[in-house]
Amino acid sequence: MRLDELTRGDFPILERVVNGHPLIYLDSGASSQKPRAVLEAMNRYYERSHANVHRSIHTLGEEATELYEVARDAVQRFIGAPSREEVVFTRGTTDGLGLIAETIGRTLGKGDEIVVTELEHHSNLIPWQLVAKDRGAVLKAVPVRDDGTLDLAALDRLLTTRTRVVAFAHVSNVLGTITPAKEIIGKARAVNALTVVDGAQAAPHMRLDMSALGCDFYVLSAHKMLGPTGIGVMYGRRAVLNRLEPGRGGSEMIKEVWIDHAQWNDLPWRFEPGTPPIAEAVGLTAAIEYLEKLGMDRVAEHERALTRQTMEGLSRIPGVTVYGPKVGVDRGAVVSFAVEGLHPHDVAALLDAEGIAVRAGHHCAMPLMRRLGVVGTTRATFSVFNSPDEVSRLLTTVAGLRSAL
Amino acid sequence: MSGATPAANSLYSDVIRDRWRHPRHRGDLPGANAVAEDVNPLCGDRVRMMLAIAPEGRISEARFVGDSCAICTASADVVADLVSGRTRTEAAALEVSDVLAVLQAEIRPTRMRCATLPLSVLAQALDGKAKS
Repeated sequence: MRLDELTRGDFPILERVVNGHPLIYLDSGASSQKPRAVLEAMNRYYERSHANVHRSIHTLGEEATELYEVARDAVQRFIGAPSREEVVFTRGTTDGLGLIAETIGRTLGKGDEIVVTELEHHSNLIPWQLVAKDRGAVLKAVPVRDDGTLDLAALDRLLTTRTRVVAFAHVSNVLGTITPAKEIIGKARAVNALTVVDGAQAAPHMRLDMSALGCDFYVLSAHKMLGPTGIGVMYGRRAVLNRLEPGRGGSEMIKEVWIDHAQWNDLPWRFEPGTPPIAEAVGLTAAIEYLEKLGMDRVAEHERALTRQTMEGLSRIPGVTVYGPKVGVDRGAVVSFAVEGLHPHDVAALLDAEGIAVRAGHHCAMPLMRRLGVVGTTRATFSVFNSPDEVSRLLTTVAGLRSAL
Repeated sequence: MSGATPAANSLYSDVIRDRWRHPRHRGDLPGANAVAEDVNPLCGDRVRMMLAIAPEGRISEARFVGDSCAICTASADVVADLVSGRTRTEAAALEVSDVLAVLQAEIRPTRMRCATLPLSVLAQALDGKAKS
C-alpha cells in the first residue's frame, strides 16, 4: 500500500472542497496538515491534564510536566540526540535561530567572522546580520552554483582562523537542495567554528541523527512535520550549551535568584524561560510517533517519488522552468518552478481556483531569488498524504495555465 | 476573452487581463522629474513610477516599469492613466477605491497589496522622497 493510501483518512482537513474542487494541498513546506492523532492528543491534554509545568505540586501539574518531558524524550529519539538535556524547546525554527544567534553573538568580537550561504531562509540570515552589526563581526556567504548546489570550494576560501560560526540550511526551502551537511560541519570544525544547521525543511522528510552529523546546533519546527504551530526544537551539543550564557531570562531557567545576580538552572531548562508550549509539546509527541510508525525511510521514499514525478512532468511542459538540482540528484520534497509569461502569484491564484494549494513568492529567500534572477517562484511541496494522482492534477493544470490569463 | 479558463475569468476581470497583456503606460520615461520605486515585502514585486510634472504642477505623463503580477501591473497601468493630466494635488488624492473601480475586480485580502503598491509608490513619487 502506498503511503498516501495508508495516511489519507487520518487528515480531516483533506476532506475539504476548495473552490469547487477537492483540496490538493501542496504547501507542507510552509506548514503541513495535522493527522487526527495530533489533534486528539492536544485536545485530550487540555480536557484532562492541563496545568503549568515543573512547579505545580498537584496531580494535574505532575501529569502536564510528565507529558511535556515525554515530548523531550520523543524528540531526542527522533533526531538521534545523544542526551535529552541537549533538546531545548523553542517557539519554532525562527525563534531557535534567533536564540542561538543572540547567545553565540555575545561571545563574538570585532572582526570575528560568520559564514552563511546564499540559499538561506531569512530566518537564518537576519539574526546573523543583527549580531554582526552589534558585535562588529563580518558576515560572509557561500555562493550557490548554477545547478543549485553550494560552492564548497568557495567555502574553503571563506573559512579562516577568525570564522566563529558556520550557519546553513540542511535542505533549501526553495530549491530542495540537500546540502552536504557532514562535509560542511567537518570543514567548520577544522577551523574551530560552531555549526548551526537549519533543519526546518529536512526534519519532516528524512531520518536525522545528531550523533552522526556532529553539528553544534540543529533547529526545527513542529508545524512543518505534522505537529502543531508554536513549538520548535533547538538541539545543542552539551559541551557548547554548558559554556554559553542563556539568551533570555525568567521563571524556569534559574536555580536561585538575588537582586543583582542569579544562578542558572541545569540543561535544558536553562534555555526555556517562561511557561512553555505544553499542549504543543504533547502534539509534537503525537506527530513524532505518527512519523515513526510510518518510518522515516519510507516517508523519504514516498516523497522522493512524488518530487521526481513533479520534476519530470513539469520539465515536459513547454514554457515551464524547474529550479534547483536536476532529476537524479537527491533533493528534499520541494519543487520550485516558473511558467513563462506568468507571475508566480498569478500561477498560485490560478491553481487555487482549481483547489490546488501551492506557495508563490520569494519564500523568504530574497538573496537566492536575486541569484536566480527572478522576483519569485511557484513552489510545490509534499508530505506523506500526497498522491501521484494529485501530482498529475497539478501537471495537467499547469500545462493549461499559459493561455489562462 | 479567448484562451481564458473559467477559473481565470472569475479571478481576474477583463480589465485586469487586458491591462496585464497590453499595458498602455509601461516603459521608461526619460523626462521624468518625480520618480519612486518600492517593493511588496510579501512577494518581492517591484514597481517604479515615473512622473513628468510641468512647472505649474500638472502631470503631463506617467509611466511605470516593474516586476509584478497581473493585478499589480494592471493597477499600475490604471494609476498612470488616472494621474495623467491631473495636478499634483489631484493625483495625491487618488484612493484605492478609484483604482478598484476601474479594475472592476473583487480583489481578495491576500492580493490587496498587489493592487495598492502602485498607489503607495505614486505617493512616494509625489512626496519627493524618491528612492531612485
